[in-house]
Amino acid sequence: MASGLSRREVLATSGAMALVASGVASAEPNVTLLNVSYDPTREFHKAFDVLFAADWRKRTGQILTINQSYDGSGKQARAVVDGLQADVVTLGLAYDIDSIAQRGLIAPNWQSRLPSNSSPYTSTIVFLVRAGNPKGIHDWLDLVKPGVGVITPNPNTSGGARWSYLAALGFATRHNGGDETRALGFVRGLYHNVPVLDTGARGSTNTFVQRGLGDVLLGWENEAMLAIDEVGPGKFEIIRPKLSILAEPPVSVVDKVVDKRGTRAVSEAYLKFLYTVAAQELAVKHHFRPRNRTVAARYASTFPALDLITIERFGGWKVAQAKHFADGGTFDKIYQPS
Amino acid sequence: MVALAPSLGTILDVRRRAAWREPSALPGFRGAFAFTLVYAGLIILLPLAALVARPWEHSPADLVHGILQPRTLAALRLSFVAALAAAVVNTAAGLVIAWVLNRYDFPGRRVVDALVDLPFALPTAVAGIALATLYGPNGWIGSLLAPLGVKVAFTPLGVFVALLAVGLPFVVRAVQPVLEDLDTALEEAAQTLGANTLQTFARVILPALSPALLTGFSLAFARGAGEYGSVIFIAGNMPGVSEIGPLVIVTRLEAYDYAGAAAVGLTMLAISLAVLIATNWAQVRLARRGAP
Repeated sequence: MASGLSRREVLATSGAMALVASGVASAEPNVTLLNVSYDPTREFHKAFDVLFAADWRKRTGQILTINQSYDGSGKQARAVVDGLQADVVTLGLAYDIDSIAQRGLIAPNWQSRLPSNSSPYTSTIVFLVRAGNPKGIHDWLDLVKPGVGVITPNPNTSGGARWSYLAALGFATRHNGGDETRALGFVRGLYHNVPVLDTGARGSTNTFVQRGLGDVLLGWENEAMLAIDEVGPGKFEIIRPKLSILAEPPVSVVDKVVDKRGTRAVSEAYLKFLYTVAAQELAVKHHFRPRNRTVAARYASTFPALDLITIERFGGWKVAQAKHFADGGTFDKIYQPS
Repeated sequence: MVALAPSLGTILDVRRRAAWREPSALPGFRGAFAFTLVYAGLIILLPLAALVARPWEHSPADLVHGILQPRTLAALRLSFVAALAAAVVNTAAGLVIAWVLNRYDFPGRRVVDALVDLPFALPTAVAGIALATLYGPNGWIGSLLAPLGVKVAFTPLGVFVALLAVGLPFVVRAVQPVLEDLDTALEEAAQTLGANTLQTFARVILPALSPALLTGFSLAFARGAGEYGSVIFIAGNMPGVSEIGPLVIVTRLEAYDYAGAAAVGLTMLAISLAVLIATNWAQVRLARRGAP
């Protein structure tokens, strides 16, 4: 969340106004789409929508207006459940789209309708440390050392933080030869080094970058790269642990809405377009890891290969959510006296 | 929650409205009364009813268990204790500020007067970020306090500080008009009759102001207990330590636990309502006794 402000703003990206102004009349009716997305994709989608609207016009002659809505992933999913007429959702984790599907707005098999688990781009969890890495942080074990301040948002309120929590747990499980009790002990130690739990990823970035709190920021790779872009190199560096998690932000059309509005064709084309080389190049520009092999190979040095575990390791999102992040889950237990 | 205080005051303050229909210089009682009922119902009662009359997905036992979780209890305690402490301090500070603004003329008085309203006008998130910046370890005040071992930002103390900022205008604005109406001749008379300054203050001024002070106190308290936007950036949000009640509601919503969120919301509402009713009752008593 940019400076943590809670807002849902709607941006229209389209060439329609310009065309109307220049007096070009189209025989085809104009189409609008609403993409309900989560905060970190804002800049990417702004550029992507222009690209897709141009392509769609070339193919069909229709003038497409794409409206965007941004907020935290969970909040956006609830808005769609509560009746926000989203044609497509592009969210931070599959659990949020599952929740919409559970209420009958999206087909249950949504995740197998598009390639790569319906996640056209991915990211992972990395460490951002201060220049020169004064605390010598190189891998997960360094995060539980005494005197190391770790900044990461609250997994209860942040989708990104859930990926971080599971990445830490995944590392600790492997490190302890599958012993879950000891793995959770490691995670407990890590969160005991966390002095502030912000509600969202952008809030944590601000706490670490602007307030100068903590020695390491644990979070999205795309956020870490963006932070370096924003404050300029030389102040922070990214440390990639040997093992992390494959964070898959998924996309789907909202079946109930597109069937009602008659926008299925354009909505499906919009999501498929995310997998084209042009869109994948754009994703790279905004620090997301591309799915397309050719594009990925081209940027292999930007996104070093890591040993990435997947959410399946935790039994999928539904199981992981209930076990770790629900009331009385493993995250709650960290803060209860043992 | 804020809007409840005046309406409650209206319900409880029956003394002056014993007659069903108060004669008024202006006509149109029927229309105005109907409008009052419909508007208050639409704006206040309907959302409240929706909160209660919703599909409760869990059993009552589950809901009670959810509220009695140590993490939830700690958060509720922090919200209400911090709101209470901030409201007490603001009641005293607000009285002094209202007094100065009312009884003295000094250059910049109007500026100070306008400044008091700033917490009303400022988006709460902006206030929260500003406070976190100020009191953070590298902020102006935070860096001064750090060598003394005092941490404000990201501790329960930060919650208190944020609520101080949020609650002040309620007290000042509640006391100011009453102070304006208070005849200075009363004070002069008291002093003529041999009362010293302390006696004048305690026996003449304070009784006249106490209903207004109580109004300011209860408004500041109710607002503080439910405050989210400005607190969330300075609290630190550590479960069991610096996590506030409204954050627990948001946490439940994030887990799609609508019933759990509504249950915590209703609990907070009930506590606030109890405090408001108590202060309103006290206010009526004070008004009766203090009426000159």
